[in-house]
Amino acid sequence: MKQQLQEIQKQALASLSEIRDVRELEALKVEYLGKKGKLTQILKGMGALSAEERPVIGQMANDVRIALEEGIADVRARLEREILNNKLKTEVIDVTIPGRTKPLGKKHPLTSVLDEIKDIFIGMGYEIAEGPEVELDYNNFEALNIPKNHPARDTQDTFYISENVVLRTHTSPVQIRHMQSHNPPIRIICPGRVYRSDTVDATHSPVFHQVEGLVVDKGVTMGDLVGTLQAFAKGIFGENTRIRLRPHHFPFTEPSAEVDVSCWGCGGSGCRICKGEGWVEILGAGMVHPNVLRECGIDPDVYSGFAFGLGIERITMGKYGIDDMRLLFENDMRFLKQF
Amino acid sequence: MKAPLKWLKDYVDINVDIKEYISAMTLSGSKVEGVEDMAGDIEKVVVGKIVELKPHPDADKLVVCKVDVGSEVLQIVTGAPNVKEGDIIPVALVGAKLPGGQIKAAKLRGVESFGMMCSIAELNLTKDYLPDAPEHGVYIFNDNPPLGADIRDVFDLDRVVEFEITSNRPDCLCIIGLARESAATLGVPFKKREPVVKEEAGEDVNSYAKIEILNPELCYRYTARVVKDVKIGPSPVWMQRRLAAAGMRPINNIVDITNYVMLEYGQPLHAFDYEKLQGAKIVVRTAREGEVIKTLDGQDRKLDTDMLCICDAERPVCVAGVMGGENSEVTESTKMLLLESATFNGASVRVTSKKMGLRSESSMRFEKGLDTENTIAALNRCAELIEQLGAGKVVKGIIDCYPRPYEKPVLKFEPDRINAFLGTEISTEKMVEIFETLEFEVDKKNMTLTPPSFRRDIEHFQDLCEEVARFYDYNNIKPSLLSGKESKQGGKTYKQRMEDVIRNTMMGCGLNEAYTLSIVSPKVFDQINLPADDPLRNTVTILNPMGEDFSVLRTTTIPDMLRVLSINNNRKIPEVRLFELSYVYYPVEGSQLPDEREVLTIGMYGRNTDFFELKGCIEELLAAMGIGKAEFKAETNNPTFHPGRTARLYVGAKGELKDCGILGEIHPEVAEKNECPKRTYVAMLDVATLIEASSTEKQYKQLPKFPAVTRDLAVVVDDGIYVADLISAINQKGGEFLEDVSLFDIYKGEQVPEGKKSVAFSLSFRASDRTLVDEDVNTAMARILKNLEKNFGAQLR
Repeated sequence: MKQQLQEIQKQALASLSEIRDVRELEALKVEYLGKKGKLTQILKGMGALSAEERPVIGQMANDVRIALEEGIADVRARLEREILNNKLKTEVIDVTIPGRTKPLGKKHPLTSVLDEIKDIFIGMGYEIAEGPEVELDYNNFEALNIPKNHPARDTQDTFYISENVVLRTHTSPVQIRHMQSHNPPIRIICPGRVYRSDTVDATHSPVFHQVEGLVVDKGVTMGDLVGTLQAFAKGIFGENTRIRLRPHHFPFTEPSAEVDVSCWGCGGSGCRICKGEGWVEILGAGMVHPNVLRECGIDPDVYSGFAFGLGIERITMGKYGIDDMRLLFENDMRFLKQF
Repeated sequence: MKAPLKWLKDYVDINVDIKEYISAMTLSGSKVEGVEDMAGDIEKVVVGKIVELKPHPDADKLVVCKVDVGSEVLQIVTGAPNVKEGDIIPVALVGAKLPGGQIKAAKLRGVESFGMMCSIAELNLTKDYLPDAPEHGVYIFNDNPPLGADIRDVFDLDRVVEFEITSNRPDCLCIIGLARESAATLGVPFKKREPVVKEEAGEDVNSYAKIEILNPELCYRYTARVVKDVKIGPSPVWMQRRLAAAGMRPINNIVDITNYVMLEYGQPLHAFDYEKLQGAKIVVRTAREGEVIKTLDGQDRKLDTDMLCICDAERPVCVAGVMGGENSEVTESTKMLLLESATFNGASVRVTSKKMGLRSESSMRFEKGLDTENTIAALNRCAELIEQLGAGKVVKGIIDCYPRPYEKPVLKFEPDRINAFLGTEISTEKMVEIFETLEFEVDKKNMTLTPPSFRRDIEHFQDLCEEVARFYDYNNIKPSLLSGKESKQGGKTYKQRMEDVIRNTMMGCGLNEAYTLSIVSPKVFDQINLPADDPLRNTVTILNPMGEDFSVLRTTTIPDMLRVLSINNNRKIPEVRLFELSYVYYPVEGSQLPDEREVLTIGMYGRNTDFFELKGCIEELLAAMGIGKAEFKAETNNPTFHPGRTARLYVGAKGELKDCGILGEIHPEVAEKNECPKRTYVAMLDVATLIEASSTEKQYKQLPKFPAVTRDLAVVVDDGIYVADLISAINQKGGEFLEDVSLFDIYKGEQVPEGKKSVAFSLSFRASDRTLVDEDVNTAMARILKNLEKNFGAQLR
C-alpha cells in the first residue's frame, strides 16, 4: 500500500507537469482526488490495515494528498496567470500617442519676469506699492527735484494731459506718494505702466513697464544699494552674475549710478547681446537726493535711502532672447504659448 | 560731446591706450559713447606724385600714370579727369584697405595698374574736414608733403571720443572740462594755460562801448572786448579740421574762432559787427511789447516780453543765448567787432529756445547754467586767437558787467560721515587727494571744502560723497544688505493676492495672458458701435499725442481685445483664448486725475467656443475668489454685443449686488467690422468690484454621514423663462433637506409644444442626522412643483 501511494504521487506529479489548461487540470484533480479518484480509493482500503500500520499509512496518504493539492494549486495559479497575460496582450496600447490635455493658459512673459522680481524683493522684506498712471506733474517731476524747465525734462519725452497732469514717465511718483504717507523704515518696490513719447520700433514703445525700488531708513549706505542690486541681479540672471556701477546723474538721486550686469549671453567675454562689451546696462540707481527726502517730509540728516529703477521689457527681452518689443504687445497666440 | 583726442592732449597727457582710457573715464562718470577713428579702417594709403601721364591706348577716358610713392614708381591707370603731371595725390597701394574695399593689382582695358588715386569720398572724409578738396575727382595736395608718407599723418586724422555728458555737468561740455576730468581720472596733471592777449590796437575799450544789464536775474555777467581792423577770411586748416572733427562746420575766421573757443572753454561767444550797433551801447533786457527781430536764419521772430535780448541803444540785436540778429551780423565787409562773453539764466534760455524752436550748441550750453567765472578766460582766448590768426587788432581792456559776483560756497568736510553714507573706510588723506585733484579748496584746519566755480552742481553733502565715490570707484564699495536694520515683513496686499488668484484661475481655464497698450484712437468707439452720446466717449485726452491714432486713454478694453483676436484670426490661428488685467481711465468731473479702474478682459473664439465656455471661466473665477453671491442677467440692448447672447454680472459679498461688468457674444456687425470670427466672445469685468465681493475665509463642513436621495424633475415652461429663475424657485420651496439642484437637460422639439421647452433638473435631498424616507422627499417635491406651476405655469412632464 505504501508503494501504491508512492506510485500515485509519482504518476500524479508527472501528469501535472504536462497539464496545458484548466480543463485538463480539473480532470486530473477528479482522477486522483475525486470521490472515485485513485487516492480516494486507496484511503477507502485503509480499513483492512492493522492498527499499527493505519496511522503510518494514514499519515503518508495525507502527505500525498497535500502534495497533490499543492501541485494542483501551483499549476492553477500558473494557468490563470497565463490567461491574464494573454488577455493583457490583447489590450496593448500605443503609449506614444499624445495624451489628452486641457491646456493651461500661459502667463505673459512680462508678468513672469515681474513675478520673479517681486519674489526676490518680497523675500528681502519689501512691500509692493502702487499708484496712478495719470499723475500730477508735481509727483512725477517737481517733488523728484526736476523743476519746470529743468534740462532733465528733455530726456523724458512726456505726454501731457494738462499743464499740471502728465502720463507718468516712471514709477517714481509712487515713491513720492508712499514717502508722503508712510514713515520710515520704508522698503517698497513699485511696478507699473509708464509712458514716454517714443515712436514704436523694435526696442521702443510709448507704453512700457518699470519696476522701481525704494529703501529709506536710518543709516542706509551706498554699500546697501550695491548689495541689494547684486542680490537682485543674481536672482534674475543667475548666481554667477556680476554687476558694474558707473557714475551717472539723475536729479532725484545723489550719488547716482547706471548699473550693468555681466552679459547673460556670454558671461562677460563679449557676444552679440552685449555688442562685444561683456556688460549690459539694465538699471539706474542711487542714494535718494536730500531734496527729495525733504520734499516728502523726511529729514535727510536723520534718514538716508536708496532707489533704483529698471525697465521690465528690456529684462524680459534679454532673458528670453526676444528681439522685437512689438511682439510683447501683439499677443500672437503662437508667441504667448511659448512662455 | 565730441572730443578729438589730439585737442584733449593739448591740456592733458593721456598716457594710457584708448581702450583703457575709455574704461577709466566711463567708470569715473564721463561715459564714452563711442570712439570714431577718422581714418576708419584705412591702411596703406600714401602720398604720391604723378611723374608721367600718358593717354591710354584703348580708352579715351582713361590715362596711364607713373606715380612716385617714395620707395618706388608705380604704374596706375585712372579715369580721374582732374589730374596732371606733377600733381601730388593720395595713392592707395596694392593691398590698401579703403571703406569701399581692398585695392588689388588689375588690368584696365589691357593696361596694368598697381593702385588707385583717391578722392576724399574714397577716403571717407568730407569737405568740412578738407575744404580745399574738389567736388569730384582726386584730391590734389596744395603743399609738398613727403612722398610715401602715410595719409593718416599727413591729413592729421585723429580719433574722436564721444562722451555722454549728463545735465549736471555743463563744465564738461568742452575740451578743457574733459581734460580736467581726464587728468583727475588718470592721476596726471591738468595742463592749465592762461591766454595771452597783446592788445595791439591800444586805446581803451570803454571809449567804444557802454554795457548795461537791466535784468540781472536773467543775465549774471556780461563781458565784452572790441576788435579793430578786422579781416574776414577763412580760418587756418588746423582749426577747420578740429572744428570738423568735433562736428562743427567751418565758416570764416571769426565765426570759427568763436566756435573753437566754445568747444575748448565751454563758453559760447557772440561777435557783433560793432559799426551796426546803434549808440555804441549794449543793453541786456527783456523784449518790449511788439518787438521783432530777424534772426541769422533769416526769419522774423516776434519777441515775448519775458525773452531776454541783447540790444543796442534802440533795438534787439540778439536773442540772448539763442541766436544773433541779422541787423548786427558779421559779414565780409565787417571792420570792427564787439565780442560778447556772457552768462544767462539757464531756464530762461531754455524756455526761449524752445518757444522759438531754435536749439543750438550755444543754447544747449547756456540752458544748463554756465560758470560766471569763465567768461573772461574765454574772451581772452578768443582775442588771443584773433591776434594769432591775424584776423584783427584787439582794443585794450575788457568791459565787465557783473552785478552780483559769484560767492564761493563753503561746505563742511566730514570724512566720517562720508564713509558712513557710502559704507566705506576711505582715509581722510585719500579724500583730500580726490578733492584737490578736482580743484576743490580743502581747508584742513577748519575741515571745509570749497568747490571750484565751474562745479555749480556741488551743493550738498551727498554731492561730496559722489565725488569721493566716483574716484574711489563705485565698484570698490563693499556690498552689504541693510545689515543691522530693523527687518521688515514684506508681502503682497489683499488686492495684489487677489490679482494673482485672477491670473492663476484664468490660466487654469486655459486662457493666455495678453498685454495691450492703454493709449488708443478715439475712433475705436465707432469700431464697437458705441452711440455718439455714450459716456465712454468721454476720455482723458493727451495734449501732445504722437498722432490722432494714439491720443486718448482707453475707457474700454474691448476694442483692444477685438484687435488682438483679429490679428490672430487674420493669421489663421483657429483657437484663441486670452485674458488681460489692465486699467481703463474715466475722467472725473472736478478732479485733475481720472478714476483708474482695473478691469479683467477675456476674449475667445474657436471651434467649440460658445457663451457657456466664457461664462464657465467666470464661474470658476467667482468660485476661486470666494464670491458667494453672483447673478447673471440677460443684457439685450448693448450695441457691442449680441442682443440674445449677452449677460451682465452682478456680485456682492453682503447686501446689495453690484454691477461688475458684461460678458457675451460680440454683435455680428461689430465682429465683422473688427475682422473677428462671427462667433467671438468677450467679457470685461471690474476688478475692484470682484475683489470687494471676494473672500478667502474657508470653513470645514462635516462630510455627510447619511445617504442622499435624488429625484429628477422635468417641467415644460415657456421658452422665455430663465433657468436661473426656475432654480431659485426650486431652492425657495425646497425645504430643509434640499441639498443641491442641477440642470441636466433642456429640450425643445417633438413632444414639446412650439414656444415651450422642457427643462430637467436633478435634485438631491439629505438630512444630517438620519436617512430620509420617501415621505420627506415627496412633500418637498410637491411643494416645489406647485411653486413652479404657480409662478411659471410649469407643467410636469
